[in-house]
Amino acid sequence: MTGDTHANRPKLTLHVPEPKFRPGDKADFSDVEVPPAGAARRPEHGDAAASFHELAYGMVRVLDDAGRAVGPWAPRLSPDRLRQMLRYMVTLRAFDERMFRAQRQGKTSFYMKATGEEAVAVAATMALQRDDMTFPSYRQQGILIARDWSLVDMMNQIYSNRGDRLQGKQLPIMYSTKEGAFFSISGNLATQYPQAVGWAMASAAKGDSRIAAVWCGEGSTAEGDFHSACTFASVYRAPVILNVVNNQWAISSFSGFAGAEATTFAARAVGYGIAGLRIDGNDALAVYAATEWAAERARTNQGPTLIEHFTYRAEGHSTSDDPSQYRSADEASEWPLGDPVRRLRDHLIAIGEWDDERHKAQDLEIAEMVKKAQKEAEANGILGHGLHQPLDTLFEGVFEEMPWHLREQQAQMLAEEAESGRPWARKEGGR
Amino acid sequence: MSEMIEAPAIADEAGASVQMNMIQAINSAMDVMMARDADVVVMGEDVGYFGGVFRATAGLQKKFGKTRVFDTPITECGIIGVAVGMGAYGLRPVPEIQFADYIYPALDQLVSEAARLRYRSAGEFTAPITVRSPFGGGIFGGQTHSQSPEGIFTHVSGIKTVIPATPYDAKGLLIAAIEDNDPVLFFEPKRIYNGPFDGQWDGPAKSWAGHKAAQVPEGYYRIPLGKASIVREGGDVTILAYGTMVHVALAVVEAAGVDAEVIDLRTLVPLDIETIEASVKKTGRCMIVHEATRTAGFGAELSALVQERCFHHLEAPIERVTGFDTPYPHSLEWAYFPGPVRIGMALKKIMKD
Repeated sequence: MTGDTHANRPKLTLHVPEPKFRPGDKADFSDVEVPPAGAARRPEHGDAAASFHELAYGMVRVLDDAGRAVGPWAPRLSPDRLRQMLRYMVTLRAFDERMFRAQRQGKTSFYMKATGEEAVAVAATMALQRDDMTFPSYRQQGILIARDWSLVDMMNQIYSNRGDRLQGKQLPIMYSTKEGAFFSISGNLATQYPQAVGWAMASAAKGDSRIAAVWCGEGSTAEGDFHSACTFASVYRAPVILNVVNNQWAISSFSGFAGAEATTFAARAVGYGIAGLRIDGNDALAVYAATEWAAERARTNQGPTLIEHFTYRAEGHSTSDDPSQYRSADEASEWPLGDPVRRLRDHLIAIGEWDDERHKAQDLEIAEMVKKAQKEAEANGILGHGLHQPLDTLFEGVFEEMPWHLREQQAQMLAEEAESGRPWARKEGGR
Repeated sequence: MSEMIEAPAIADEAGASVQMNMIQAINSAMDVMMARDADVVVMGEDVGYFGGVFRATAGLQKKFGKTRVFDTPITECGIIGVAVGMGAYGLRPVPEIQFADYIYPALDQLVSEAARLRYRSAGEFTAPITVRSPFGGGIFGGQTHSQSPEGIFTHVSGIKTVIPATPYDAKGLLIAAIEDNDPVLFFEPKRIYNGPFDGQWDGPAKSWAGHKAAQVPEGYYRIPLGKASIVREGGDVTILAYGTMVHVALAVVEAAGVDAEVIDLRTLVPLDIETIEASVKKTGRCMIVHEATRTAGFGAELSALVQERCFHHLEAPIERVTGFDTPYPHSLEWAYFPGPVRIGMALKKIMKD
């Protein structure tokens, strides 16, 4: 260590953030500021971003403790739309449960749940047009579900089976579908941020009417890509919604390692001159209202909006993670913003459009539907039960046309298969 | 300098030829492509109103407007990331990285995103982007305006690397790169923007005037990627080079009176292995010349390929002439640069063996 010869000067100390609770601690979130629902003002779509800075530090909330939708942000959704929203969220949770278990049963290598964050992707997607382009991170499978995408198709990808539209080339849950206006998930963090801005800029340059929406976690806001994207979005007033899902944890690193001790993530918008909203991410109606508002701004050339969804990752980062090793076990149950599914259900019950019996019946019905989809997907194979794609597809799609060096390597691989004395891949299915 | 032997270009709308330097040829390629295809957009630091620090985009914004030719913030990560997104939308972006030395902040967007998008989406999303970037030394640019990072990218699957050595090739290759549906890195040897370079750094600067390959058609033509050009036919030794070093090598060969076959690779990935293999089998000797640092440089790959394919035809060990494994120096640039002395020594050695 370097010695300091200036003994009369005050010693410096290095601050290393530490989460409030570790395993064994009693979680107590009483210091988390939760403003009353309905209290935040709702600016006009055309208002200058600088005129509502307080919204980047407060919290837009619509659903109150009694399950009522209150205040200027309350979206006027029909009971049918609300029930549809609840149905998507319940489907997402059931899908996650099923696929998590499939991974534990050895049917695939990897899975990531969105438990506790169902509102973030589902409600936002419902506030977008079907052809608005989405650039998700790895925890927004709710986008596909809210776009009525086939669960079987999603599961085929998770199993890397012969029905996998990505030919087994991607890690499970890294979905991609152009038709679903759902950009290929990278796995490298925040790379989708400048890409979404670029897509939105292209849409604006072409005089299109479609906008883009992108999601990343609060931890990933530390990546340079996030800041490059915010700069581009601000400079060109790109029609894009920049979502930061603040679920408090980036694997084992709490949000303090992304800067949460100093300010909010929505406040990043202030420095870029972008509209910034911090919202209750477990409040599906707040998510819907904020997204709808941001979309309207984008569509009318008012530029980007950065939305921080304040939520909680109720489960591990992925199937490879064990959160009991680094955080208090009762954080999820103590979380002051509750469970997004329950809150929306309670709202529907409060307005007389739903009841416990129907909810239970729907749970069962959806569990059956997901189970049926799983059975159908598994008929296409599961990971580990042989190779489901023809071997030579390994070399397809590196380039549009295969150059000689890949052809040579492909030939070598096929020679290796022959040398091994047994076929490596099932020939069924074809290309 | 000997006759340039042109590989056949694909040219039916090429029109009349005029003299151009490499900058003008590159500008003309973008001009032609922007006029042909409304999806081609040009972006980068200083490329708009000003027309680029090397003037490669001069006049394009005025002609095609600000939504197709625009300045960007100084974030290479952002420039490439935005270009990938624009490509996913359906545009055909031609981003400029002002100097190849500044490309590293964009590495993740190039390596993990642009290069893999087609593969990881099973062909649904592609990144048809052409990243132009001046590279290489010889201009007293110090460590931040002189590097040759092509070997970093040739190591990456899913990206093509193109390096022209003449105005004619620069235009034809750039057009082919822009039309290509895969990401292409187009490294421009800035030492020869204004004229060929024989390696005599203290000699008089040459312009492209009078050079056959500076006669450039004003219209559309393309040179297919993956095709090398034999710029000097010879029987005694094969010299593999690209960019500036093609001209330095040619000058050394002429001065030494060696009957060398000089091959301008033009595209590193995909490589024209057939031309290389045929030549080395004919000459029995192979020398590789590049400016980039030596260890794990592209020359190492070339050397391995030649050894694998031509071992029984080789009469001497393969020679590699490269920059040294140091950061690019400033005042000692010409001691670093693989100039006529280093090439000449290697030539003597390989001809003696």
